[in-house]
Amino acid sequence: MSDFRRIIAKRKRQDFVFNIVGIVCTLVGIVTLGALLFNLLSDGLARLDWTFLTSFPSRFAARAGILSSWVGTLLIMFVTACAAVPLGVAAGVYLEEYARRNWVTNLIEINIANLAGVPSIIYGLMALGLLVYQFRLGQSILTGGLTLAFLILPIVIVATREALRTIPQGIREAAYALGSTKWQVVRHHLLPYSVGGTMTGIIIALSRAIGETAPLITIGALTFIAFLPPSPVKSAPPFVSSEWLFSPFSVLPIQMFNWVSRPDQDFVVNAAGAGLVLIIVTLSLNAVAILIRYRVRKRIKW
Amino acid sequence: MKDLDRISSAASLAAGRRPSPEAAPTAARRLAYLKERVIESLLFLAAFSSVAITLGIVGTLIYESSTFFAHVPLWDFLTDTLWTPLFASPRFGIVPLIAGTLVTTAVALMVALPIGTVVAIYLSEFAPPTLREIVKPTLELLSAVPTVVYGYFALQFMSPLLQKLIPGLPTFNMLSAGVVMGIMIIPYVSSLSEDAMRAVPMALREGAYALGANKIVTALRVVYPAALSGIVSSYILAISRAIGETMIVAIAAGMQPNLTLDPREPAATITAFIVQVSLGDLPHGSIGYQSIFAAGITLFLLTLVFNILGYVLRRRFREVY
Repeated sequence: MSDFRRIIAKRKRQDFVFNIVGIVCTLVGIVTLGALLFNLLSDGLARLDWTFLTSFPSRFAARAGILSSWVGTLLIMFVTACAAVPLGVAAGVYLEEYARRNWVTNLIEINIANLAGVPSIIYGLMALGLLVYQFRLGQSILTGGLTLAFLILPIVIVATREALRTIPQGIREAAYALGSTKWQVVRHHLLPYSVGGTMTGIIIALSRAIGETAPLITIGALTFIAFLPPSPVKSAPPFVSSEWLFSPFSVLPIQMFNWVSRPDQDFVVNAAGAGLVLIIVTLSLNAVAILIRYRVRKRIKW
Repeated sequence: MKDLDRISSAASLAAGRRPSPEAAPTAARRLAYLKERVIESLLFLAAFSSVAITLGIVGTLIYESSTFFAHVPLWDFLTDTLWTPLFASPRFGIVPLIAGTLVTTAVALMVALPIGTVVAIYLSEFAPPTLREIVKPTLELLSAVPTVVYGYFALQFMSPLLQKLIPGLPTFNMLSAGVVMGIMIIPYVSSLSEDAMRAVPMALREGAYALGANKIVTALRVVYPAALSGIVSSYILAISRAIGETMIVAIAAGMQPNLTLDPREPAATITAFIVQVSLGDLPHGSIGYQSIFAAGITLFLLTLVFNILGYVLRRRFREVY
């Protein structure tokens, strides 16, 4: 009997010990995240003010700011979203609703899974060889935006497919029964009902694109730029201009990289400030995505 | 009657069939049919664009590096132990860069695989559901932080910290870059492995409990092997990530090619070299410009090997319930 008790006690002890180990390991990740945020805040918070956001980079650390790089990030993200969202959603709709089971579909699916595993810097090399030199788009905002669009395309496709898959088959059949064509079903039912899931995926994908540095360095983004791209709005007709698409650019993570690799400690403080802006933007995008996902789950009951 | 006709032809459109000849095709119906086909073709082109991207990647890498390999014999590329492509008398041995990549990857995996696996087991088998629902998204934020910020953290926080523990550690070293990279990829391992373990049917656990096993034995001897296919693919994903990671190593590991297996030393990885060259202004078509594509195709093949390995392992370990 005492043997039996001892074995039971031993097994309970094992479970208890693993519980502790599990909590410690989980804390490693969470504590690191906390340390990283604290480190950035303590180094960079003092630097973060209005002039920092509205100044161009400078040789003097105290006068340098991130104006040209956050404008660059914003424009790049606009191009990326314009390219990746329609393409990714259309591809997702095709694969989920139209594609027949054949070798072409299989090829596309295996290919998308593989693309997700390609290192981001490889996309940069592709864009350098193909977009910059073969298509002669230059080291421009357009090239940068397209590069990141290629990079996040698999994420958008997968998110769209998952969102479409949650819609019950009955919805499609009901629409067909009323005489809808396939496209009408997609256009009037499937896309509106899946918008929450798709949006979540798109936001997560864009937040990843904002932090991407390596592919943009590879295509030749500038690390020091003291002017803004030409304005997309003109005072004379036709009032809009696409000149900015071909302007050289810098983005926030590249600006941060440039500052962090300098020996001067004052520039490191600037890097922390830029990093703080970057992390606030990416974490809030992720928070928005989580919020949308939560609300969609609560609202829709099939 | 006319309505009925319209419905039946719409239904056959929906099924992707040509309207039957009895339902005399009016011009409007033909137009509708045509529109459906055009839309389907456009959607197909969108899906096929992903294949075009892959072809673009492979084509560009092969095209640009083929001129490189016309200058540098493949044998020298693989066996020379010096990588100095921008010197006056350049040497093109990829070995030091591969060594740097493998060392930082190994350090990262030594952090990420054990911790990630333990976290996955803990969250899937031990943690109360409410805790899991909070911890999992929080850990996933680790992979949302931009890598350039991790680079800053490795250089400004981890490196000074490790210097206190290991005397004589230089500011730029592969160890701190690898450790931070490992922490970054914890959620890739923990989230995917946890999903795989939770997909294991309850009956398997209940069987183990009925035989007198406790939770940890059930987790290690029953759930872990049953979920191995998913867990292995999470490991492979972590390896691919670590090999392709760029900014952390470019910032914190130094950019000097250095043939060493000692993680305490600074060294350049394949990715760090590409960044370093891209930061300068190399003329298009020069040997330096081509060398980043040669480095790139090496990196691409390395990750491809692991992706294929993952595919094979996944099939071998797949448990069918």
